[in-house]
Amino acid sequence: MTAFLRRALLSDYFVLGLCVVYAAAVAPFTPGFLSSENLTNILTTLLPLLVVALGQTVVLIAGGIDLSATAVIGLASITGAMAMNDETGWLAHSPLAAPAGVALMLAVGAGVGACNGFAVARWRMPPFMVTLAAMMGFSGLAVWLTHSKNINALPAAFTMLGGRTAVAFAITLAVAVLAQLLLSRSLFGRWLYAVGHNPRAALISGVPVGGVVFSAYVVSGLLAALASVLYTGQAETGSPVLGQRILLDVIGATVIGGTSLFGGKGKVLWTVFGVLFLKLVDNSLNLLSLSVFTITMAKGAVILLAACLDSARARLGNP
Amino acid sequence: MTNALQFDGIEKSFGGVPVLRGVSFAVGAGRTLGLVGENGAGKSTLMNILGGNLTPDAGLMLLDGKPHAPSHPTDAARAGVAFIHQELNLFTNLTIAENLFLTAFPRTAGVLVDRRTTHERTAALLAQVGLSAAPDTPVAQLSPGERQLVEIARALSMDARLIIFDEPTTSLSTRETDALFALMDQLRARGVAMIYISHILEHVLRRCDDIVVLRDGAVAGSGAAEEFTTARLVSLMVGRELTQLYPSRNGAPTGETVLEARRVSQPGVVRDISFTLRRGEVLGISGLMGAGRSELARILFGLDPHTDGAILLNGEPLHRAAPRRRIARGLAFLTEDRRHEGLCMDASIADNVALVSLRQHAGRVPLRLLNLRRWRETIASIREAVRLSPQARDTQAVSTLSGGNQQKVVLAKWLLARPAALILDEPTRGVDVGAKYELYRLILGLADDGAGVLLISSEIEELTGLCDRILVMSRGAVRAEFSRAEFDREKLLEAALPREVAS
Repeated sequence: MTAFLRRALLSDYFVLGLCVVYAAAVAPFTPGFLSSENLTNILTTLLPLLVVALGQTVVLIAGGIDLSATAVIGLASITGAMAMNDETGWLAHSPLAAPAGVALMLAVGAGVGACNGFAVARWRMPPFMVTLAAMMGFSGLAVWLTHSKNINALPAAFTMLGGRTAVAFAITLAVAVLAQLLLSRSLFGRWLYAVGHNPRAALISGVPVGGVVFSAYVVSGLLAALASVLYTGQAETGSPVLGQRILLDVIGATVIGGTSLFGGKGKVLWTVFGVLFLKLVDNSLNLLSLSVFTITMAKGAVILLAACLDSARARLGNP
Repeated sequence: MTNALQFDGIEKSFGGVPVLRGVSFAVGAGRTLGLVGENGAGKSTLMNILGGNLTPDAGLMLLDGKPHAPSHPTDAARAGVAFIHQELNLFTNLTIAENLFLTAFPRTAGVLVDRRTTHERTAALLAQVGLSAAPDTPVAQLSPGERQLVEIARALSMDARLIIFDEPTTSLSTRETDALFALMDQLRARGVAMIYISHILEHVLRRCDDIVVLRDGAVAGSGAAEEFTTARLVSLMVGRELTQLYPSRNGAPTGETVLEARRVSQPGVVRDISFTLRRGEVLGISGLMGAGRSELARILFGLDPHTDGAILLNGEPLHRAAPRRRIARGLAFLTEDRRHEGLCMDASIADNVALVSLRQHAGRVPLRLLNLRRWRETIASIREAVRLSPQARDTQAVSTLSGGNQQKVVLAKWLLARPAALILDEPTRGVDVGAKYELYRLILGLADDGAGVLLISSEIEELTGLCDRILVMSRGAVRAEFSRAEFDREKLLEAALPREVAS
């Protein structure tokens, strides 16, 4: 029994197992939980969250943290919308509006990521402070730029990227596959884990530590911007506060999946399962029509539980 | 007369490697005992046991005839054992008085600190140690010698009956050293027993009543100070039977210089270091702890800066090249601190072994995917070459390996980069005898294949067994150079000992 428990705890699929157990446990009490409509709903809201969380995974593996991911979502959303909307946008009615808008949004994400990466890698500032400042600064900037208004009338070619679940699914799948390749099979991936495990040893072994850390933040910024494309498409509106409330979901889901806050540990698959678990909890509590506060409390408890399980796994891993 | 302190059969091993093997000796009441031995002879471990930082595997200690088994440093302090360390343990942001009474402020009504009493008692203690500073002086304003006096005052405030001085004169000027010795005389007159640890053998011979020599975790010699001379101490410290065999060389140094230092200096760290390392040569660097050997290695590898001089690799100056550029040009560096700088302890054997040479397996940009099959083949072949324990799986974390196997992983990592010159800093520290031989074989094999090896070691035997030439460093400078024909353990050790500074 203990051997089985041990193997289950240490398995890559542990969190997927938790998802199944959780779904089975709440389904009888939650009307409509397993309806195809609800499952599609879960999938739709899960996709952009997974994209941001994958970026967060990359930064966490390098031993950092990116609190500015949600600010990127808001800032990219309004920058894209300002450029593309049919009323005031300078790309309005252009056939290239959608691709140029997406490129602009990604550039915003990469730019914010580059600022974070530069401050952390070159100036050796603590990632928490750097990205916290970036979060406050850039989300403030987004609100200021738009006077806190949403921007509507986005081109259909753009909104379908996030609005059509099949397209969003294809994009997310491509990102996940690419992330998997990058983390498990590329030079950058091996370097990333080494830097997360022990930056000094990595430096002495000739790893370009600064460059790797910098790139991790750029990747996180890029993926947050891509998530913004999906969210903005789903909402069909550019909003400066888009994604403002999902920061803890992003970090919580990543950590529930098993990625370590101390660096050196994390997998694409883990984050996929972590996001799935968080969304299942979120969705089921919503269906029970609990208040927002109750849901937040319940999610807090779940994240705490995940942290406990993680430290138990870590202890099992190194006896 | 009872002894102030008695060690009886103290044993301690770390990870299966014995560090203390039945150490027994006594410190007479009111006497000063000099404790000498090479780095790694077990002095620090023994003192850590006495101070409650470590618990012995076997044996017991008697303090004033009563059993002494501290499980925590505060137990030892309460029992009247005080330490005056090489690196002082004072809070520099606090005043002298605060440092002295940190754990036991005189209080009024049980809560508030009684400032007046604190002040008076501090002044009295400072008078005893001869320090003329006000009790509310911040420690940051004191010189190293004055700080040491504060430490001694603290020992007195705790009513210490046994005071251990660990290399107390390292950071003191000659005048401060004399003042310290005068104070030690006073303490002795008051009946305080002392243990005096130092590499400066003249001091030990002159200051101490009795002397104990530790070697390889056992007492190699003991007796009254009059029975010893510097020469006898040195031979007791190093003169062990040859228990380790060294593999034989198949090659010899050639004329080509691979690594060269020209008057490399960094204020306060190293000064005026010049040497050449030739292809196929094993050049040893000997010296005591703090002589600047590791610091030199770090400068050579580009981890620390140097203000003057030049470092040349294959005849070309390195200027300020970052470590990875030096690696690309054929330099390798096995660090002294394996856990923190040599390995990613929680990462797998395969990931650690491959880290330096990873680029060789990477494909084209942008993704630069690794050729995993070739990667695995390389790892398998290098594992064979370094004879890594076959039971260990590639995916196993290196933290689960023994010290010797961990070091083989580090060496394998560097071998894959095919370096022209290797800097090895204490490569066999914490490695058992069997694995040591294999490491020696690998090191000599590298030299036989034409690499230059710079070997830093605190074990003189290891250096004389492996090197073609040995440089001896002391206080940041090269003090002497010996070629293979001139190797002599006692001369090497003598050259490494810091001479008394003439006043």
